[in-house]
Amino acid sequence: MFAEFGHFALVTAFAIAICQGMIPLYGYATQQDTLIATAKPLALLQGFALAVSFAVLTHGFLVHDFSIHYVANNSNLYLPWYFRMSAVWGAHEGSLLLWALILAGWGVAVSLFSRGIPEHMAAIVLSVMGMIGIGFIAFMLFTSNPFERLLPFAPANGKDLNPLLQDPGLIFHPPMLYMGYVGLSVAYAFAMAALIAGRLDATWARWSRPWTTIAWSFLTFGIALGSWWAYYELGWGGWWFWDPVENASLIPWLVATALMHSLAVTEKRGLFRSWTVLLAIAAFSLSLLGTFLVRSGVLTSVHAFANDPERGVFILGFLIVVIGGSLTLYAIRAAAVSEPGRFGWLSRESWLLFNNLMLTVLAVSVLLGTLYPLLVDAVGGGKVSVGPPFFNAVFVPLTAILVSFMVFGPLTSWQHMKDTRQYRPLIVAAIVSILVGALWPTQMLGDYSIASALGTVLALWLVLGTLLDIWQRRLEYGSAWVMARKVGAGFFGMWVAHIGVAVTVFGVAMVENHTEHRDVRMGPGDVQALGPYEVRFIQMESLQGPNYSSEMGTFEVWEGSRLYQAVTPEKRVYSASQMTMTEAAIDPGFTRDLYIALGEPLGDGDWAVRLSIKPFVDWIWGGSFLMGFGGIIAILDRRYRRARARQQQPVTPAEQATVV
Amino acid sequence: MRRALLWLPLGVFAILAAFFFRGLSLDPNAQPSALIGRPVPAFALSELHSGAALTGQDLPQGPYLLNVWASWCITCQVEHPYLTELSKTLPIVGLNYKDERTAAQNWLAKLGDPYVLHLFDVDGQLGLDLGVAGAPETFVVDATGVIRARVQGEVNARTYARIIAPALAAGRAP
Repeated sequence: MFAEFGHFALVTAFAIAICQGMIPLYGYATQQDTLIATAKPLALLQGFALAVSFAVLTHGFLVHDFSIHYVANNSNLYLPWYFRMSAVWGAHEGSLLLWALILAGWGVAVSLFSRGIPEHMAAIVLSVMGMIGIGFIAFMLFTSNPFERLLPFAPANGKDLNPLLQDPGLIFHPPMLYMGYVGLSVAYAFAMAALIAGRLDATWARWSRPWTTIAWSFLTFGIALGSWWAYYELGWGGWWFWDPVENASLIPWLVATALMHSLAVTEKRGLFRSWTVLLAIAAFSLSLLGTFLVRSGVLTSVHAFANDPERGVFILGFLIVVIGGSLTLYAIRAAAVSEPGRFGWLSRESWLLFNNLMLTVLAVSVLLGTLYPLLVDAVGGGKVSVGPPFFNAVFVPLTAILVSFMVFGPLTSWQHMKDTRQYRPLIVAAIVSILVGALWPTQMLGDYSIASALGTVLALWLVLGTLLDIWQRRLEYGSAWVMARKVGAGFFGMWVAHIGVAVTVFGVAMVENHTEHRDVRMGPGDVQALGPYEVRFIQMESLQGPNYSSEMGTFEVWEGSRLYQAVTPEKRVYSASQMTMTEAAIDPGFTRDLYIALGEPLGDGDWAVRLSIKPFVDWIWGGSFLMGFGGIIAILDRRYRRARARQQQPVTPAEQATVV
Repeated sequence: MRRALLWLPLGVFAILAAFFFRGLSLDPNAQPSALIGRPVPAFALSELHSGAALTGQDLPQGPYLLNVWASWCITCQVEHPYLTELSKTLPIVGLNYKDERTAAQNWLAKLGDPYVLHLFDVDGQLGLDLGVAGAPETFVVDATGVIRARVQGEVNARTYARIIAPALAAGRAP
């Protein structure tokens, strides 16, 4: 009976979502405060109902209730409890439930933390989020019910969770990513509310900004975790594959990054309004599009979930309603938006415009590359695939341009900069970066590489430019202490995030240009040189895990005559699914990772062995963490709390000039 | 002018949506093999047990299945019972792919031998000509020695019904 209770909670949540999507909006249209006031309680109720539903499904996994179809397909008696918890979102139905739960969770957050926002605006925002909820819950109830039973003959044991997903990385990666994807729905809902209420001004941008930033932070963490998981679990040793599913998360990230910067202009200067709204719509729409691409099976991917055309049609219909509807509203309402104010060609506005332009071009190129196979196939052009060469050829130079100009925005004043003295120290920064960057590759393994030198120059330039910005603020405020108190968390967040970009750029440049990589045939007793190390294959042994059997190799890594470390890569065969998984042995380090993975057995006890030294690879994720962390710092800015206390007073021109 | 421009995002999305709708009815996993409709490539290999030389002349008169397998391949063990069942009605040629002679012989001795002919392709020559991506793969060859279809991965009741049976039927009706 327990599963039916979860199903019932889901149906209840559906009913509540319908009310939440309709009643407050109707209340707004007819000016009835009692109806408007239902928005917040309904959002809380929906969150509760979905939490109950989610808890019931988790319970089903924990107690091995194989009469639930979804549990039987994705769990097993021998699956450890923590993977049974994460298996809840290990496949299609459960990850949708997680998605709906997180959406409702954001709704709860909006109703709790929106006291500074006029009641009717919050009500429209929650109504829009309720409508999105209707779509997702309906999708579950009608095509992908996680509580479907396998009765009367429940299996004695389950089919087991996909072994790829039996990994600690999976416990955190999807929830983080969904927090980001779905968090963008708040920015979307704010944009829709502004369009509906005809209130596209600086105040709206201020309300929307912290929500966008926090969602962006989660998305950053989610993508970084996914990349890290692919690196150590897929056993290919790469960290980014330009796979459609990865691209589906990168595209909204690029657009959300543009949105964050554009919102800054709209809040501070009241400009770019129409463009900012469009970005807010686009960011969430692209998140939904990502879901469509992953769930409908229109594109192939290493992540391929079960494909089902019926589901595809449903999601496509939902996409058309959400994206088509909002773009129609945009086309009708944005015409009334005027763009007051001008800005000179040398101003922070123009640098941020440049940032937006570059990020949009990047997003569109990745989107086109991802969809190209589908577009060609649809017009009868046959099967083509767009590989990493395309993405690298487009993405790398554009990113390099973006990063090289990132330094200027913060150093430039709003409106019009007459005095370019602030730029002068940049000449020193440029000379130092070029000198150090040009010499750096000679210190690394392998041949001299121009790309590596360029990456180092860019990273160093960005760090020095950011430090210069911090230094000039300090001069402005007189002392570091005064600056720390006065400057606002938004600036600290930006500095941390920009340095994070530099760290990631450096990591990427090093890994891509100085990785020493060898595929060799080795048997027990064999020795291979790897950079400064010697790798000795000691032995192979067979092991039995809880739900898999494993061939484990022992390798000793020697540094001269000193034993540095012994590592044990594995090749696992999971019993229920008969899937083979590579467990690479990785010795992580600050300046390099040692990576040893077993390939195929070659007979005579020999194995194909993959040996790599990956310099600075962990900096890629370290930098991403700094970016996301910068976002979290930024939303702690006290002006968001002040704005709340001050209620809805519009920003005065004097404030616009002083607050940066 | 500006008003018209505001409809542009909607227009772009409408075009994309039309493509997506079309995309739903296409199968992105369908991997057309360059060899479908062509004869089995010429080869000179040895017999797995005796080491005798084998060429295209020794292949059975079709229709038959050409199954690429190896003792190191786990999915081959999974599909083995199904192939054994299938071999009662349809001849199956085994192409032992990048394997050890003794390991392959032991494998057959232990699990049973569903094959009418054993090609031993130690360095994957024929595999390369066939465009084999990995074991197991199975090709459907018709009575005239022309490849009709290809199954990548496990042969089971589902892939039989979906790929092999239609190809056999098409091969029979000229």
